[in-house]
Amino acid sequence: MIDNPRSTRGSTSRRFTRLAETDRPRVRIVIDGDVVDALAGDTLMVAVLNNARHLRESEFGDGRRAGFCLMGACQDCWVWTADGARLRACTSVVEQGMHIVTKQPEAAWANLA
Amino acid sequence: MGQPRVIVIGAGPAGVRCAQTLVEAGLRPIVVDENRRDGGQIYRRQPDTFTRPYAKLYGTEAERAQALHASFDVLRARVDYMPETLAWNISEGNLHVTNNGRTRALPYDALVICSGATDRLMPVKGWHYAGTYSLGASQIALKAQACSIGRQVVFMGTGPLLYLVASQYVKAGANVAAVLDTSPLMRRVAALPKLLARPAVLRNGLALVSYLKRAGVQVLTGVTPVEITGSPENGVQGVVVRDRRGNERSFECDAVGMGYHLRPETQLADLARCAFRFDHETRQWLPEVGEDGRTSVPGVYLAGDGMKVLGADAAEIGGRLAALAVLKDFRFRVADEELRRLREEQAKMDSFRRGLAQAFPWPVEQAAALPDDAIVCRCEAITAGELRRTVCEMGAREANRAKALCRVGMGRCQGRYCGHAGAEVIAHAAGVPVEQVGRLRGQAPVKPLAIATYGEVE
Repeated sequence: MIDNPRSTRGSTSRRFTRLAETDRPRVRIVIDGDVVDALAGDTLMVAVLNNARHLRESEFGDGRRAGFCLMGACQDCWVWTADGARLRACTSVVEQGMHIVTKQPEAAWANLA
Repeated sequence: MGQPRVIVIGAGPAGVRCAQTLVEAGLRPIVVDENRRDGGQIYRRQPDTFTRPYAKLYGTEAERAQALHASFDVLRARVDYMPETLAWNISEGNLHVTNNGRTRALPYDALVICSGATDRLMPVKGWHYAGTYSLGASQIALKAQACSIGRQVVFMGTGPLLYLVASQYVKAGANVAAVLDTSPLMRRVAALPKLLARPAVLRNGLALVSYLKRAGVQVLTGVTPVEITGSPENGVQGVVVRDRRGNERSFECDAVGMGYHLRPETQLADLARCAFRFDHETRQWLPEVGEDGRTSVPGVYLAGDGMKVLGADAAEIGGRLAALAVLKDFRFRVADEELRRLREEQAKMDSFRRGLAQAFPWPVEQAAALPDDAIVCRCEAITAGELRRTVCEMGAREANRAKALCRVGMGRCQGRYCGHAGAEVIAHAAGVPVEQVGRLRGQAPVKPLAIATYGEVE
């Protein structure tokens, strides 16, 4: 299990649990302003969910989301970079210095439901 | 005439064996694959920096996985390999692909679609809470990233993947709170004659169940899912089911892996205008295929789980068969003995497939029983009640009509995860057989593309 000295987020604030392959170089990223550690080779989704309990807010008012299919089919794991680019977290690979935002930067979509 | 231009979509077991067979005949196919690496979902490779051995990653299938990867390593120089490339439309003899924001149209003489499958999902109240994942997702988290989807995991649904993923989690040291199977045990007994078509696979399956029980995991069969409990802020907190005696049972957990077997990815076949037929055994629409994966459209072939969910071993056979069909149709010499042998093997695979469909049925009755406030469409949070109103008050009795009116199937997954259940909800509300509801039409692009995607000027 990776301990994260720089993060104030405790173990209850991560969703995924690492079971093996933890002996990899660390990669530092920023999630919603917090500096956290991930491991080289992590998908962006795994990097975020080992430091947070969600990836994004649903635009339709039903709460937080943390992905669903992990194979690029459901599109439930979209996150944004600080400069507004959209990334599919399950098929992106984490990179040192990434700034990730879990709230969609532009105005939320209209609630069509 | 020069060599036919052949494109293989997908680099899983079907795509790799297809490409290999084409290369052996002297062709140089294009292999388009959405993933970063070959192997597909089932034999997905872990990143290079990971060190777990094949036996740990793929268990009883380690040799097959290693053989497939080794084959592709050799093939790479002999095919035009396009990884991380989305095939998103087919029109007028061109396959439209996008890689890294650039889009191209690739002309083809023969197209072999080996698009694989995704989990087949039946909604349950609360399945939109963060921490609910598909079974396939649960497996990918472990296989490709050495992670569990939570600290305490419940697996729910039905099908062989339910037991496979649960036992892989236990072996890897994850905390599995329960395995909840909607299929009653008696169905498995009744399906035995068909399942005996592949005795070794059946034995492996039974071993998984007894492994789980020996490991002290609660395994319940014949359950009815009631609810995934939790909150919009914190996600999953538990699962409630009714056991086979009708008693309510609750399990605490922070993650749920769920799925009801698999559904083929057929959007590209649809865009190629292949004919479909309704498969009563699995209650879904499948592309109509003739011998060896030929579709109703000349020049378009299917293989692997994207044609019909037969599993990885059958996908390897299907990939070879489709390649031989291409070769035959372009007047290459094909060894009839080889064809016969492959077809015989494939017939056993199909018998086993039908056994699985019987043993682990799609739980139709759950769609009818879904409470009005349960979300059917996770993409846009549209409830069963809204869908039923569309049917009962607005008269939409057809899947695409209902989609137009209430947006179930319109969201960013394009109906992959709500389509089958949505059709059952519509059928029940309208009082018609589900085949009358039809199927959601495939739409290009088959996955969201950025507006900024641009065409390559050639």
